[in-house]
Parts: sequence; structure tokens; C-alpha cells
Amino acid sequence: MHETTERTHAAPGGMATDVAMLRVTAKTRVAAGVVTVQLAAPDGGRLPDWTPGAHVDLTFGNGLTRQYSLCGDRWDAGTYRVGVLLEPAGRGGSSYVHEQLEPGHLVGIGGPRNNFPLVPADAYLFIAGGIGITPLLPMIAQAQLLGADWRLLYGGRQRSSMAFLDELAGYGERVQVAPQDEVGLLDLPTFLGRPRAGVRVYCCGPAPLLAAAEATCADWPPHSLRTERFVAAEQGAPALSTPFEVELRRSGRRVTVTPDVSVLQAVAGAGVDVLSSCRQGTCGTCETAVLDGRPDHRDSLLDDDERAAGDCMYICVSRSCTERLVLDL
Amino acid sequence: MTTTAPTAIGLPVSDADPFSHEVLEDPTPFHAQLRDAGPVVYLDRYDVYAFGRHEQVHAALVDWQQFQSAAGVGLSNFRYEKPWRPPSLVLEADPPRHDAPRRVLTKVLGPRALRRLHEQWVADAEVLVDQVLAAGAEFDAVPALAEAFPLRVFPDAVGLPAQGRENLLPYGDHAFNAFGPPNDLVARGNPRVAELSAWVGAQCAREVLAPQGFGADIWAAADRGDITHEQAPLVVRSLLTAGVDTTVHGLSAVLYAVATNPDQWRRLRAQPELARVAFDEAVRWESPVQTFFRTATTDVAVAGHVVPEGKKILMFLASANRDPRRWADPDAFDLGRDPSGHVGFGMGIHQCVGQHVARLEAEALLTALARRVATIEPAGPTKRHHNNTLRAWESIPVRMLPA
Ligand code: HEM
Ligand code: FES
Repeated sequence: MHETTERTHAAPGGMATDVAMLRVTAKTRVAAGVVTVQLAAPDGGRLPDWTPGAHVDLTFGNGLTRQYSLCGDRWDAGTYRVGVLLEPAGRGGSSYVHEQLEPGHLVGIGGPRNNFPLVPADAYLFIAGGIGITPLLPMIAQAQLLGADWRLLYGGRQRSSMAFLDELAGYGERVQVAPQDEVGLLDLPTFLGRPRAGVRVYCCGPAPLLAAAEATCADWPPHSLRTERFVAAEQGAPALSTPFEVELRRSGRRVTVTPDVSVLQAVAGAGVDVLSSCRQGTCGTCETAVLDGRPDHRDSLLDDDERAAGDCMYICVSRSCTERLVLDL
Repeated sequence: MTTTAPTAIGLPVSDADPFSHEVLEDPTPFHAQLRDAGPVVYLDRYDVYAFGRHEQVHAALVDWQQFQSAAGVGLSNFRYEKPWRPPSLVLEADPPRHDAPRRVLTKVLGPRALRRLHEQWVADAEVLVDQVLAAGAEFDAVPALAEAFPLRVFPDAVGLPAQGRENLLPYGDHAFNAFGPPNDLVARGNPRVAELSAWVGAQCAREVLAPQGFGADIWAAADRGDITHEQAPLVVRSLLTAGVDTTVHGLSAVLYAVATNPDQWRRLRAQPELARVAFDEAVRWESPVQTFFRTATTDVAVAGHVVPEGKKILMFLASANRDPRRWADPDAFDLGRDPSGHVGFGMGIHQCVGQHVARLEAEALLTALARRVATIEPAGPTKRHHNNTLRAWESIPVRMLPA
């Protein structure tokens, strides 16, 4: 038994507003074909809180939106860090980050959202394939902090393409680095050992690795394995960087939402106050029913199914994929 | 409060007791003095650093890195003192331990999960209001509505058995007193602590809870491994501690507000969709939860002062919610204002996970009243109920004339 969250869907576009823009503060090459990008709020303030396993949606200047796991330190409230692998077969997200994104640039932000949370356990076995190491890095830091018994098996094509080996070196023998050109494919049965209760297995990497982890964990107790899939094929949705119209059905009003304001602000400007609180898409107070149109969800609350349902949105952060959105207000 | 000579570094010092009966009876003047004394005031009686302004309270609430909860959100410092009960896995926990239980509750009590309760609660509110009005136009709004409604819907929603529900309010009252100093209010509750705690503990067991409800949902999350089975009972306990007295006093607050502001009641009757705004405005105006503490994880710089590592910080949510630096005409209960951004439910990672439950209860009750009641007016002297953390009424006599 396992739970898989898959990131195949393209986060729909909608250029971010001032309230949802981050500035690139550093870009660092950390391995062959891998850069890390550091992001901060333009005013240097706190960023929305996150938990290990979370990802953000980043929207770039070329209109593409991509999801990246956060792999920084959550005790540093002012900085996010993501790791990006150059994927020549991809459709432009990673090559944009590698070739064009520079410190000082602004990117649109959605989330953070977590479909891959670290659940409490006495012991963890982490399995990473390639850039799949990114969500596991903060999990490992956390397992270490909690004094849990943990080990990591980290595979990659060759040592030079494997990111964060320096950061992982500090953990000593808990970390097993297994470059394919040196030791071949990952030996999951040996790493995982006998099925046992109380252990959680976290695996992130390419589809064949996840399939192997699923097969190897077939005899483990239910819910032992949790996986997250990185899909190479990037599906872009054109960003809606233009204003869109919101119809407030109950009050019979229409407002135009320009890129520099939130739906919440625009609606308030039309004289309809909606109760809000966090204004970060985390508390749920501003939930609003959607009657027509497709919302561009940027909150931290809805899971993938709820997003797909498209029947409600958090208007403090979320926007629109369609030129017209009808709200029950 | 007497604010004495500032210390060497200019930190205002006060010997006031925010938990004295005098302040609990009417904290508003004390809050004003506190805010005006400075952004940080040292309360030497308790060796704590008090924040009374919206800016500092908000900043401390969201900054879990520097202002921790795991050393207790009351005066007692768990680094040195043994808690009176096993600490909450949610309220009295820091990341990373806070993450998993919080995530489970966010889902179980989230707006989407509450949709299935909406219709039933609206119907329950209508039945209750009809019963109360049928018994006569004059009654005490606290027991008749503010206590009766949450006790009618919330324990069922959790899945509690029918017997023993009368223990919920005294247990919660003691738990919220226990966040304050060990004064007479705590002493008064102490004799029943063992008995009440045992009852509450017993209700958290899977076999005791109904197969459907918030309690069962929490146990189901444990089955999925999202929390451990050992954690489940304490996560259920957090609902029994935090979910009853708070809403009772929140509803009392809004009932008192509309009884004493007839123009606002007329406004609500004309526009019943303002029910949610009315409730949040009452939570801002009255702050049913007045205070919570944090502990500094490091020497924290605040507005030019330093709060030393390990010291307790007392955040006055109620004072922040009436800070004229943040709110225009803060003492007015006004449905025309946007109360968004009040800290009556807290803010940040510990922000009230039950706020949507509280809002749904209030919306159901206020809408039922708005439909049936033309005027609400005071019908006798009101009486406060003192609690170290909660702003509460014991009695609000009212006269309600049917529409
Ligand atoms: C008007 C009603 C209510 C008020 C004013 C209120 C107020 C608060 C406040 C101020 C906090 C923040 C504590 C902190 O920052 O340390 C909080 C947290 C909490 N509340 Fe409420 N509350 C209300 C209703 C409820 C209800 C109905 C429930 C349960 C269904 C509930 C459950 C909780 C829990 C479990 C926490 C801890 C959350 C955490 O630490 O992550 N509350 N509440
Ligand atoms: S205000 Fe908190 S989710 Fe929108």
C-alpha cells in the first residue's frame, strides 16, 4: 500500500500580483545540470510558512508555471530555496531557470502546498533518485532534529550530477550515496530490509524508481510508503497576465481585476467586503464559491481533487485562468 | 496600573496584575494604559514582557521561530515547571511536532468538511430559537442561547456520548484559567480537576466516540498514519478543551453587542448575510480569548527593547483588537467596518483551527434570530464571569420581541 502524489498537471497561469511576487536573491550551480534558486519577498518580509515536502508554483517571465519542492530551512522565515534540474527534453521551465533567470528577477508564486508531508514515526527510510532529493532534504533535517532513526539511499547517474552531497556529508553513515556509473541501479530490497511496522518509507524520483519502491514495499504494512513523482514532461499553460473580470452574482456587480491587486481587494473596491484573515491562502476565512469560470488556485489549502472541482477558491491569493469568473457574492 | 520609572534601557515597567478581579471585570482601561506605556511593557509582578499593540502582537503571533509555544502558552514555563496536564500536541507544540496534528485538524475542521453540517446546524438553530421564544420574551441569553446552542450541536459533531456533557464547560473554564497565574480562580477549579480530566480523557477513546464525527475523523487519520494512534486521543482532547467555552463566550459577545447596539441589530436584520461579519466584529470587539503567552527562543529585539531568551511574553489579543493605531473608532461595535485582520483567533501557524466551526455556529444562530426577532434589548443588569484567559458573561438578561 502506498500513497502517491503526482505532479503531472500543469499549474495554470495567471501572472502574479505584487502580493504574490518573489525576488530571486541568488542562483547557484550545485551540481552538473542543477542550480538552486533562492527567493525572498521584495520587501524582505516573512514568507508564508511551509512544512517539509511542500512545493511552490513559480511563474516565470516567459509565462510558464512550474512546481518545485522547497529545500531550504524553514527556520529562516525570509527565504525559500528550490533546486532545479536542467531537463533538455522538457518544455522550457528548467531551461528558462538555468539560462535566463537571474538574481533580481521577479517570479510569480503560488502555495506553498504540501502533498507529501512527513508523518510522525520512530524511523524513516528515505529513497531519492536524482533531483528527487529536494523534498527529502528538509525531511531529513527534521528527522535528525527529532532524533528519529533514519537512513537515506540516494541514487543518481553519476556523482558529479548529484546535488547537495556536501550538505549530506555531515550526516555520516546514515547517508548512502549510490551513483549508477559506480554501483549500478539502487538495491532497494537490501536497503529496505524486512517489512516492519513503525517505519515510514519516503521515495521521490523518476517513475521507474517509484515503481520499484512500490514493488519492494508490497508486503509492508499499509501506508508505509509515501511517494512523490517528478515528471520530466513539463506541460505549460499560457499565463493569463491580463486583467480578468469577476462577476458578483448575488450583488449583481462586475469588477475588473488588474494584475496588481488581489480578487479580495478588487471585490472590496466594488463595495463587497469579504471576511479575510491571513491573506496568504492558509487560514480558509475568505473561501468563496465559484459559479462559473476556472480559478487559478494559489492557496495552501485545497488538495488536487478539490482544485480540480473548481467550485470554491480563496480570493486573498487565487486568481483566474479564464477571462471571466463568476463568484457567489 | 502604575507605570514606574523606566529601567536603564528605557523599558516601561508596571506592577499591574492583569489577572486581578478588577481588571478581569473591565480590562479596557488597563489595555489602553498598556498600549500607551509602550510597545513592550515589563510586568514585574510576573516577570513577563507584555505586548498590547496590534503591531507587536501580530508580529509575535506569526513569528513561531522566535516566540515558541512548546514551553506553554500560559504563564507557567514548561522549561522549569511541570504542566498541570500532558501538554496539547497542537496548541502547546512547536514545529516540527506541531505539523502533523495541525494538518489533520485543518482538514477535519476545514470549511469544506463543515459543509455537511451547515444545513443541520441551521435547522437546529431555528428549533432552539423557536423553543426559547415560545417560553417568553424575557430570558437570560447566556444559558438560553449562548450555552445551549454550542452544547446542542458541537458535542454531537465531535461524536461524544450523551452522558456527562455537563462536564465540558467546567473543564474548559479550568483549562483557560490555568493559563494564568495560580490565583483564586485556579484554586476554585482545582478540587474537580482530577474528576473532570478523567472524564475528558475517557471521551477521547475510539470506542467511546460515535462512528461519525470529528473524533472519528481524527482516529481515521491515525489509521492512515497521518498521526500516530498514541497521538489521536490528545488531538481529540484539543477539541474538547478549546471548542466549547470559546464559542459560548463568542456567542455571548455577539448577543450582548446586538442587544446594546440596536442600530446594528436593525442592520443585521436588513442584511442577514452580514451574520459572519457581525460575529467576527464581535470577536474583535470583545475578544473571547483575551491573552496567550509565548516564550522567547533567543534574545529577541522588539521595538528597540530586548526580550531575553527563555522569558515569557504576554500577548494581549484583546488590546490589539482595540488598538487605535490599527482600528478607527475601536470601541464601537460596527457592522460597517471590515474586521478582517483582528487577532481574536490568533494568527500564523497556531491560528484557531476551529474558527470555521465557531463561525458556522454563529452564522446559524444569528440568521435564525434575524429571521424571527424584531428587537433585542437589555432586560436587567448583566453579570460578568471571570476567567484568567476568557472574556465571559455569566448573565445577559434580554427581551426579544418577535418579528
Ligand atoms: C469564538 C470562538 C473561538 C475563539 C475566540 C478561539 C480563539 C483561539 C485562539 C486565539 C487561538 C490561538 C492560540 C495561540 O496562538 O496560541 C486558538 C487556537 C486553537 N483553537 Fe480556537 N477559538 C475559538 C473556537 C474554537 C473551536 C470551536 C475549536 C474546535 C473546534 C477551537 C480549537 C482550537 C485549537 C485546537 C487551537 C490550537 C491550534 C494550534 O495551536 O495550531 N477553537 N483559538
Ligand atoms: S484570508 Fe486566509 S485564506 Fe484567504
